[in-house]
Amino acid sequence: MGLSYRDIGLKVGLEVHRQLNTSHKLFCDCPTDPIESGEKVEYVRRLREAQSELGEVDPAARFEARRARAVVYRADTGNVCLVEMDEEPPHQLNEEALRIALTFARMVGAHPVDEVHVMRKIVIDGSNTTGFQRTCIVATGGSVSIRGKEVPIQTITLEEDAARILEVREDSVVYDLSRLGVPLIEVSTAPVIESPEEALDAAASIGRLLRATQGVKRGIGSVRQDLNISISGGGLIEVKGVQELEEVPKVVEYEVRRLLHLDKVRSELKARGVRAADVLGETERDLTDLLSSSRSRLISSWVVKGGRVMGVRLPGFGGLLGGGDVRLGKELSDYAKAWTGIEGIIHSDELPGYGLTSEEVVAIRTALGAGERDGFAIAVGPERRCREALESVIERAAVATEELPEETRGAKTGGVTIYLRPRPGAARMYPETDVPPTRVTRELLERVEREMPPTLEELAADLGKRYGLSSQLAWELIDTEALEDFRKLLGTGVQPSFVASLLTETMKDLKRSGVRVELIDLQRLNDYLRLIAEGRTAKESAREVLGYLANNPNSSPLEAVQKLGLLAPRLEDVEREVEELVTRLAPKFQDKDPFGPLMGELMRLYRGKVDGAVLSRILREKLKERGVAR
Amino acid sequence: MSVSGYKGKLGEILESIGAEVGDEIEVLTGDGRRYVGYLMSRTEYAAEGLITLKLRNGYNVGVALDDRAVVRKVSKGRAPSFTREELPPVNPNLPRIALLGTGGTIASRVDYRTGAVRPAMTTEDLLSTVREVAEVANVESEVLFSVYSENMTSREWDAIGGAVHDRITKGYEGVVIAHGTDTMGYTAAALSFVLQRPPVPVVLVGAQRSSDRPSSDAATNLLGALSVAGKAPFAEVVVAMHAWHSDDVIAVHRGTRVVKLHTSSRDAFQSVNSRPIAYVKEGRVIVKAEKLNPRGAIGYSYQPGFDERVILLKFFPGMKGSVLQLLAERGYRGFVLEGTGLGHVASSWIPVIRQLTSDGAFIGMCSQCRYGRVNMNVYYNGRDLLAAGVTPLGDMLPEVAYVKLSWALHRTSDPDDLREIMLTALAGEIGERSMPLRTSWSDEPWA
Ligand SMILES: [Zn+2]
Repeated sequence: MGLSYRDIGLKVGLEVHRQLNTSHKLFCDCPTDPIESGEKVEYVRRLREAQSELGEVDPAARFEARRARAVVYRADTGNVCLVEMDEEPPHQLNEEALRIALTFARMVGAHPVDEVHVMRKIVIDGSNTTGFQRTCIVATGGSVSIRGKEVPIQTITLEEDAARILEVREDSVVYDLSRLGVPLIEVSTAPVIESPEEALDAAASIGRLLRATQGVKRGIGSVRQDLNISISGGGLIEVKGVQELEEVPKVVEYEVRRLLHLDKVRSELKARGVRAADVLGETERDLTDLLSSSRSRLISSWVVKGGRVMGVRLPGFGGLLGGGDVRLGKELSDYAKAWTGIEGIIHSDELPGYGLTSEEVVAIRTALGAGERDGFAIAVGPERRCREALESVIERAAVATEELPEETRGAKTGGVTIYLRPRPGAARMYPETDVPPTRVTRELLERVEREMPPTLEELAADLGKRYGLSSQLAWELIDTEALEDFRKLLGTGVQPSFVASLLTETMKDLKRSGVRVELIDLQRLNDYLRLIAEGRTAKESAREVLGYLANNPNSSPLEAVQKLGLLAPRLEDVEREVEELVTRLAPKFQDKDPFGPLMGELMRLYRGKVDGAVLSRILREKLKERGVAR
Repeated sequence: MSVSGYKGKLGEILESIGAEVGDEIEVLTGDGRRYVGYLMSRTEYAAEGLITLKLRNGYNVGVALDDRAVVRKVSKGRAPSFTREELPPVNPNLPRIALLGTGGTIASRVDYRTGAVRPAMTTEDLLSTVREVAEVANVESEVLFSVYSENMTSREWDAIGGAVHDRITKGYEGVVIAHGTDTMGYTAAALSFVLQRPPVPVVLVGAQRSSDRPSSDAATNLLGALSVAGKAPFAEVVVAMHAWHSDDVIAVHRGTRVVKLHTSSRDAFQSVNSRPIAYVKEGRVIVKAEKLNPRGAIGYSYQPGFDERVILLKFFPGMKGSVLQLLAERGYRGFVLEGTGLGHVASSWIPVIRQLTSDGAFIGMCSQCRYGRVNMNVYYNGRDLLAAGVTPLGDMLPEVAYVKLSWALHRTSDPDDLREIMLTALAGEIGERSMPLRTSWSDEPWA
């Protein structure tokens, strides 16, 4: 179908989060790098939310409460102190972080507030030891332009990064505190983005500007995009944690496809006269006895442990649960899994399957009283869990007859999203009374103004001028965030354009062909370039050597070059070889220029070992000595 | 009517448009910015010339208003309304416990719209915020007063003691006192002397993280304290607080042996020259000490009253003995010295001390070393101080010695009687055997 994003009323807002590369965390003096001292602390906490004055039950809080779990925190005192452990009040707001945020604000024409007030935003999943995230608005307004369209910025905030989840257990969840408190800048746009491509452009554009502040961290996990997506007639979908820029448009495409599919299912259910009340009237039934001798591994493995098989009819849902990568069945099981932690939910449109025979499917249908136009879902596991899971299935199925509900979803790879939790009501925020407000003084703004870093355009131009890089190469260095490495590696004395293309094109090629380039650290890259600078190997060896280094993380570049037979012979040996060659072959050419053929011969001998330029220089010298050069 | 926290010109502007805290207002700044949000109050020490607005997205921002700024009231604020969830059912088989509030906030609610934090004042408030309380005890709570613990005096100690005595005589099975943590150790010591051999446990409890945060230790400490009050086989005055950083174990310290040793950590309270007498884990009270005053003990006696003419002095190098003289002239009759090491002050103090003790003042010696007991027989100076009339107070904690002396002086001014009271263990404040601080050293920092 010819689907126009504008026709379906697609609206996307972006929230770009980026870690700041400050010397210490946002509210304490711990370093922001994951430094380990070896001294470990592990302790257990339980979070409970103080009751809201309004007495409203927040859906997201209800969700967390229903899964109330102990939280285990692990910390290494190398970059965690009592502040992250919530055993000491926060220190002052980090001024370095504030300056970076103000720098970004200046770049997009946002207006700084006059006084920054730190707030506590309730988050009780354990990812913050306090039970809230400290966050503050630094500036509002401004815009970024993409292809001539202005995307307004709503807010620029500074906030603490959360603890990293390590493990989810049955009754507890484990977090590592190293990342907690690292400053994050969050840039939120207005929901005016109208296509996947625009979303990509906006994210890329904000990303570039953030890099231009020269104050952000780089690498895996340093950037995270959240997307707020809606189509006409649907609830707002908040997709959390999109890490790669290329995933941004894929997520939008996936969500649109998912929402349109669910909308179609809804219309069909309506046409069939299925009402939410009918669905909610269904109750789960125990099917364990019926299926006790089933060959299904999923079922038998639970039954021997005393688990149950339970099922529930989904009236009128027959044929509407399955489909392609977006299907209602997945929504139901994701929802039940999120609320109850259960894994084994199967729906009628994927049966026969999972080792269940068509006879057994008929028996299930009969037991549940499910006719041809009905669907059903079954759950396998401990009895209480099965019941809770099927109640969740009913709850979600009932909603599917009426609306496209608003949800918080998580991003998986390839643009796929998965149900995480209900959307929170109005943000539950109150002032962080332990941190006094910070006045944004004129002196501070003047300092930011004085220290404005060059724009990326200026930076690219400068790279061209200073190092003779092509504009494309300069931009690639900037966009792949390799500029810092580039500058460091120039110290090896290797030609800048070679270093630049090594860091960008070569790395990209290798990555594309499946080489794990992230395993080649800067030190080894530096050592390799030194070998080139010293003439020990030739530039042409780059792909082979880097591939070897990625596969052998403990090997040094010298070992790699030796193992691959790419170590250059000593210069005098090469000279002797060339001289011999010239003596032997030059006379054969008489009136023709022997340079071309001889050079070809030398390249065949020394490719990857000796730099072509060196070979050519020696050859010319030797030919000249013999008087054959022109 | 003035607008909370807004003074001078700004206050006048807000007043002129009839804006009050909580009202939604619109601000256009001189440089063209526009903000719409709820007007928030500002604290006394906040910078002037700015207003605090809570934006519709929940964030607060401070906005400076210059002469060109325009302020408009958009709408009147709504008063917060609190709908309480249904209270948990009462289980008549659970112990009846009195919970007395003194200023420490054990539970509170947050109004996210205004950011206000309201302490739970009634039993009902408490039960609706910490619902598990109903599974541990039948609690009847009353707020006696609301005083920052650093502002407490012996008057508050007596008020609390009187209230506890009242609950004991009314047959409650335990009493829990919610207290600010700063001086909770002093109050615990005071109650230990006022309520001698009580028939039920008297448990002081506080929180190192305020109760408006999800991570607060208030609820876990309270539940631990209620478990002790309701189930412990002993009837002692104790402090129940986190044993460590984890929320899973509550340590129960004897009221005469506990000190706040950390400014902010949950495990700030530690037993010194002693070990916790019990722990609470998963609602179970695990008793570690022997010879405790048993629940239902006979011989309870209520002994209120403190004398304020007592002082606790920490000696430091160069400190002059004339300080004692000055204090005595101002009417002080009891002195607890925190001496160095085994119990010393400069030998230059000896003449002053001799004179004061011969005038009938009591001078007791504790050590400023946090751990260990005084022994004034080891060095000449110590023996000279003894001869001058100083009473060594063994392993009694200086804070406890101070409280005890204040309590004793209310009973007698006779130096010999005072000395006898001070040297008689009344509530576990004196121990005869000193134990090693650690029984093992498993982590090897030198490795
Ligand atoms: Zn820290």
